[in-house]
Amino acid sequence: MKMENEVWFDEDAGPLVRPYAVARGRTRPTRHDLEMTTLVLSANTDRHVNVDREYAHILQMCRRPLSIAEVSATLNLPLVVVKVLLSDLIDWGLIIFRSPPRTSDVPRIELLQAVLDGIRKL
Amino acid sequence: MAFVSSDTSVTQTLSARAVKILIAGGFGVGKTTMVGSVSEIRPLRTEEMLSELSSGIDDLSGIEDKTTTTVALDFGRITLNPDLILYLFGTPGQERFWFMWDELAYEALGAVVLADTRRLESCFAAVDFFERRKIPFMVAVNCFDNAPIYESHELQEALGIDNEIPTVMCDVRRRDSSKQVLTTLLEYLISLTELTKASSPMDHQRN
Repeated sequence: MKMENEVWFDEDAGPLVRPYAVARGRTRPTRHDLEMTTLVLSANTDRHVNVDREYAHILQMCRRPLSIAEVSATLNLPLVVVKVLLSDLIDWGLIIFRSPPRTSDVPRIELLQAVLDGIRKL
Repeated sequence: MAFVSSDTSVTQTLSARAVKILIAGGFGVGKTTMVGSVSEIRPLRTEEMLSELSSGIDDLSGIEDKTTTTVALDFGRITLNPDLILYLFGTPGQERFWFMWDELAYEALGAVVLADTRRLESCFAAVDFFERRKIPFMVAVNCFDNAPIYESHELQEALGIDNEIPTVMCDVRRRDSSKQVLTTLLEYLISLTELTKASSPMDHQRN
């Protein structure tokens, strides 16, 4: 049921308002090649950056490579919102990223063998 | 750590790559338990916002707007070597979300369908999903106490799956058992890739 003229403020509006406010209402990242298993890492830069809290938090946690799913889980924000924020950081040169290997990559068997070897060593 | 700080003259590269395996199956079959038993981190939870047509699904008669649903995914991480990270994703409990979530299955190496012999039908949706998406999968039957024990071929028959598809018994609470399941899956994926390579060298070359 939709109530006309009803205005929700702050916590009444639920937990979704804050992330979307940070993402400035964008629900689509500017980059489309980000996936939940894309790895992201803070760029090695001496530039002094002054960014919003969520961006700063991402830069802080990505001092080692993390997947976008991990960033999303740590920030407790939906993947779509995290991708928007990461798109910005990539555009600003503050984050570098690497996409997961494609099925079409030729050394498929070597990749699978490396996964198998790693599991056996656990 | 993949870079040295304070040296901006060197072009920075990220050498690590991540791969994913899906752990699917019905509600309460032990997906998150399996993820947790082999993960190097406590399982994490990520969320995605999916849009769906609500009409006819939840029986909200008269409402035909698109609604947004938040769907959660539990996952774990295994650093296989400094350049290769494996993520294990447990699929959401409600199967209808899998089809809306394109990214879920995209580029997954393969999948483990967890089954419970006391209610085998709860994994049919997962089997169906991976067959349609052409994602290689195996079946791992989580042995609950007092659960009936079946032979692989009996389970394959009951599930209507090919007898080439590995079907094993396991106890996902045990790390070594979960590890054995993943080993079986990887050996199967390698055998499939070798088969493809042998049967269609032209395709392989083109790829």
